[in-house]
Amino acid sequence: MKLLQQCKQGLPMDRILFGDNQFFAVNHMSEEKARTQAIRFQNVQAIIDVLDAAYDAGIRVFMCTTHERVADICEHVRSNPKRYPELIFYPCMPYAHKYANAVTEYGMIETLRRFLPERGALAAILQGGVSLARRDVEGIARLLIDAEMKMFKGLKTPVIFLQNVMTDLMLGIGIRDGFRIFADHVQERYGAEPGFITMNMPHLLDALEKIGLENPIICANINKIGFRMCGGIKLYEEVIASRRFRPVAMSVLASGAIRPREAIEYVCGHKKIRSIVFGASSRSNIEETKRLIEEYSSR
Amino acid sequence: MVNIGLSGLGKMGISHLAIANSHPKVKLIGVCDTSSYVRDVLSKYTGVRVYSDYQALLNETTLDAIIIATPSRFHGQMVRAALERNLNVFCEKPFCLDVEAGMELAEIALRKGLVNQVGYHYRFVRSFNEAKRLINAKVLGRIHHIRIEAYGPVVLRPASATWRTSRNEGGGCLYDYACHAIDMMNYLVGQPQSVGGTVLSKVFSRDVEDEVYATLFFPDGMTGQIAVNWSDDTFRRMSMEVTIWGTNGRMTIDRQQIKTFIRDAASNSLPIAQGWDVRYTTDLPLDVRYYLRGEEYSAQMDYFFQSITEGRKDNISSFASAVQTDLVVSMMLRDADRTYRKVETRSKPQASKQRPARSLLTMIQGTLR
Repeated sequence: MKLLQQCKQGLPMDRILFGDNQFFAVNHMSEEKARTQAIRFQNVQAIIDVLDAAYDAGIRVFMCTTHERVADICEHVRSNPKRYPELIFYPCMPYAHKYANAVTEYGMIETLRRFLPERGALAAILQGGVSLARRDVEGIARLLIDAEMKMFKGLKTPVIFLQNVMTDLMLGIGIRDGFRIFADHVQERYGAEPGFITMNMPHLLDALEKIGLENPIICANINKIGFRMCGGIKLYEEVIASRRFRPVAMSVLASGAIRPREAIEYVCGHKKIRSIVFGASSRSNIEETKRLIEEYSSR
Repeated sequence: MVNIGLSGLGKMGISHLAIANSHPKVKLIGVCDTSSYVRDVLSKYTGVRVYSDYQALLNETTLDAIIIATPSRFHGQMVRAALERNLNVFCEKPFCLDVEAGMELAEIALRKGLVNQVGYHYRFVRSFNEAKRLINAKVLGRIHHIRIEAYGPVVLRPASATWRTSRNEGGGCLYDYACHAIDMMNYLVGQPQSVGGTVLSKVFSRDVEDEVYATLFFPDGMTGQIAVNWSDDTFRRMSMEVTIWGTNGRMTIDRQQIKTFIRDAASNSLPIAQGWDVRYTTDLPLDVRYYLRGEEYSAQMDYFFQSITEGRKDNISSFASAVQTDLVVSMMLRDADRTYRKVETRSKPQASKQRPARSLLTMIQGTLR
């Protein structure tokens, strides 16, 4: 009930969120560009320099996957509290590739065993009378969430997102309870609001409403050319205009297919979009994008 | 409504399950897997009927189609049982470890008029579709060479034994990874006549190869080279790049983009830019109703369902085309064996007692109409 009330009300979210795809060789347009970025950001200091530029430009939220290298960034922020007094994190979990590769190598059950936080943890569940054998999915899911959250210890994480691979997999299979388990746990254990990243926003909103999650935070591709907006751009626009949820727009530049001014003008034209997440690798791009968002948001 | 069953809940099976279940015209009737844990969890959270035994799934349900995503060594027998019951079949790749059995299954499906498809999802990636369109329009002139490279992070250390680490079960980089590259080569330029210099070498695995290299020879003098390595973690996921050289230019294609260099645009029937031209996925949109991991996974599955509802008999990734791929795989295995013996004994290779690859090729060409 607490969760429901909180969701109805909705925490204020920052308008501009800084994303992390550029740091981890994710580029939807070009392998070459992804490789160049991987080389540039192999040193964590290079990532921190860009984050510093974003922070100095007035961006306060780093929305990041639970990639193992984010742990180094977290450590840096923890060690320099005076440098980042207002920096908060929106973790996005799980970083799917490590699980996908492990499932290929070890199979489903062995993967679960490997990713449960510590060897002791599995034993603890077994002793506690709930076990893999008793199909305690909820208990295991909670442990996996805790394992993913470990790197953020001592940092502010007011919103925790479920990554799109996981969200969309559960959406497709129809495991709606999975959304509830995630939402309950991040709220109870971390005092955070649940967020959901998806490529299938209209369907997801239906599913979340069915489990009583009102006014949910949903992060989805929202861009002028309809890139990876399943169901089509028209449906997205209708849903954004008419339904009650907190949309976070990602991929607003469609991996560079839309010019920044045009891209931002489009997204800011939809007044119900709460936040915009973008990634950039240079100080000038960060400042320019932020300036554009502010310019079009005030219109 | 298409009533479907699904066998095998590994990574691909679960992905297919989500895609099929979210399709408005598909009803998921039953699912089969050997893991009781996976079965119980799925049944508890979705209510779908689960079976431990494939025959029981077939016996106790009324299906229009089956999706088979089990370890590869089961494909042959499962496909056969499904075809005997007149089910339309989607089977994961590689299709059939026994090429002759695969050919027979392709013939049965064809004879019975059943929709048959294999999960070579790269055939549903827009940039590769566009490449095929350009090749068919002969924008490159006469093609003289094709190179396909595929790299990814699957085996990065000495691994524990699973079916993927056993050749007899369809494991190894050749069956599990390189088959995508081979299939793409077949899709774009047709199947090779022979192979040479095949190298299957181990990096970390004990019983199977982690690298595959080979030269391929095509009927009209065209050659191809293939380089596949699944122990390369400089990529997040499998990355495949194809480069094609022709008398009128060259083309490089991967999942994200297609780069062309056309020497003489005027000689083409298609309106195409002279010199360099780069187009991205965003220029070649593929709208799917549901997205998971990539548009191509939904596109291939929806194509399968659509083939059933519309009674379409041809298929862009049919059993017959997948047998062509299996055939090239078997040619490479034989060639690698010869190459090794040559290196190890410094003597002339002995004549193979098996049926020569050429006659198999002739047979399969017959089944492909």
